[in-house]
Amino acid sequence: MLKIENLTVSYGGIEALKGIDLEVPEGSIVTLIGANGAGKSTTLRTIMGLVKCKSGKITYKGEDITGAPSPSIVAKGITLVPEGRRVFPDLTVLENLKIGAYLRNDHAQIKKDLEWVYELFPRLKERSWQLAGTLSGGEQQMLAVGRALMSRPKIMMMDEPSLGLAPLIVKSIFSIIQEINKNGVTILLIEQNANMALRIADWGYVLETGKIVLAGKGQDLLQNEDVKSAYLGKKKEKKD
Amino acid sequence: MSSSFLQHLVNGISLGSLYALVAIGYTMVYGILRLINFAHGDIFMMGTYFAFFGIMTFHLPWPLAFIVAIIATALLGMLIERAAYKPLRDAPKNSLLISAIGVSFLLENLAIYVFSGKPKAFPNIPLFADTLGVAGVKIQFISFFIPTVTLIFLAILLYVINHTKLGMAMRAVSKDYETAMVMGIDTNRIISITFVIGSTLAAVGAIMWGIRYTQIQPMMGVMPGLKCFVAAVVGGIGNIKGAVVGGFILGLGEVLLIAALPNMTGYRDAFAFILLILILLFRPTGILGEKITEKV
Ligand SMILES: Nc1ncnc2c1ncn2[C@@H]1O[C@H](COP(=O)(O)OP(=O)(O)OP(=O)(O)O)[C@@H](O)[C@H]1O
Ligand SMILES: [Mg+2]
Repeated sequence: MLKIENLTVSYGGIEALKGIDLEVPEGSIVTLIGANGAGKSTTLRTIMGLVKCKSGKITYKGEDITGAPSPSIVAKGITLVPEGRRVFPDLTVLENLKIGAYLRNDHAQIKKDLEWVYELFPRLKERSWQLAGTLSGGEQQMLAVGRALMSRPKIMMMDEPSLGLAPLIVKSIFSIIQEINKNGVTILLIEQNANMALRIADWGYVLETGKIVLAGKGQDLLQNEDVKSAYLGKKKEKKD
Repeated sequence: MSSSFLQHLVNGISLGSLYALVAIGYTMVYGILRLINFAHGDIFMMGTYFAFFGIMTFHLPWPLAFIVAIIATALLGMLIERAAYKPLRDAPKNSLLISAIGVSFLLENLAIYVFSGKPKAFPNIPLFADTLGVAGVKIQFISFFIPTVTLIFLAILLYVINHTKLGMAMRAVSKDYETAMVMGIDTNRIISITFVIGSTLAAVGAIMWGIRYTQIQPMMGVMPGLKCFVAAVVGGIGNIKGAVVGGFILGLGEVLLIAALPNMTGYRDAFAFILLILILLFRPTGILGEKITEKV
């Protein structure tokens, strides 16, 4: 569904992505894991049209979308839950959800989707008139996910949704990600929480300083010794 | 209440309304681009000239001339943004500021060159010069007209900002430009619309200024422009209601101060800047302003 070929991105002189290839099949959950500064956010921001790439190609459903402006990318059914949630603090919860549906005019369906989001996150319904800036971190993350769903995405990209959340909330966010996926939304998930991410993912990629160093089924990567030592915090025999 | 106090009060409210209309333009552009649009006072000046030429050169009936002038000013504001600010979207903020100063000088000198530097008399429209007696004081009709028109435009503006999809998008862009793009908002279009709105209000203010103070000249935008910038800062830059409050404080303060202390007349313009210094010392975020956040 989404395919990235030989993507290179640089900020000034620094190469953040050094030619990566990545594929997200329709209906799947794909995860991209990697350490700080590996280039995970850069990958998503480039797909979203927020960052221009130096070379490479991004195709969505066979159509070349490299360098397309963000609004047209959103219109095609791609959405992003940004790193750090980025809800609009002085808009209400309801307004934040409505702005997620900014490009849509099918009012009846928007209403239904709003009900669905409220079903997924009952807490948002209770707080629909509250300013988003006054929500707790976990609630803001729910709002960021709900807001992204309001665009009726075919593929939802999520940038570290578990960051800074308590383990219980992380668990519920991950189960909701799976539920959203069951509703037909393809997921590209970025995580530092590699354990959780690989568990729910069909396919995983490991990014290291701008390069994909490993790719495989989620379950296989979980068993991989290098992944274990680098991302799952499990000790490996020290090599000299 | 003495009749002369009433007269001063009416004058102060008129002037405050005009300042408020122009200050809104500063505050909205700052809110969305973090730019102090130094050309705004000159856009105001162009508004009066457009109305002047509509009536005097093209012999349009005054209501039509005013509408045409407002549209022309709005388009000018949009054009300036496209030509001088949009290409600098990713440039450092200082470049943007310098570009704004450049546009300001360009408009002033263009006006001197094309319209001549000599002051012109704004066409006299009898309706506005009519006087009404209130509590024994004769007050010109324009003095009622200015605050009324200001209130109407303000009500429309606040409605649009707070209760429409466009307004929601404007608030989103001014808070978080990049996330607004992720929502599918065409941020360039929203910025254009912001300039159209700011310039429209400046033109409305400019035309009423022409009627009220009757004389127009190419540098007439400089001092009101600076004062309205001060008004926007006093109210809390980025905040529309703050700009209105700031405008009225400046307008009323200026008029009433001179009325109370007639030998201070020479310091009339200094009032605004003393107020600016005081505000920056004691409440740098302005009366209604929140924390000023640098745009990254
Ligand atoms: N706007 C920018 N200007 C310059 N360099 C940048 C910019 N954004 C990111 N970088 C650099 O690009 C590299 C990749 O950054 P990126 O944000 O994609 O990492 P990440 O994998 O998302 O990390 P994290 O897990 O910490 O979010 C880093 O070295 C970073 O310093
Ligand atoms: Mg990141």
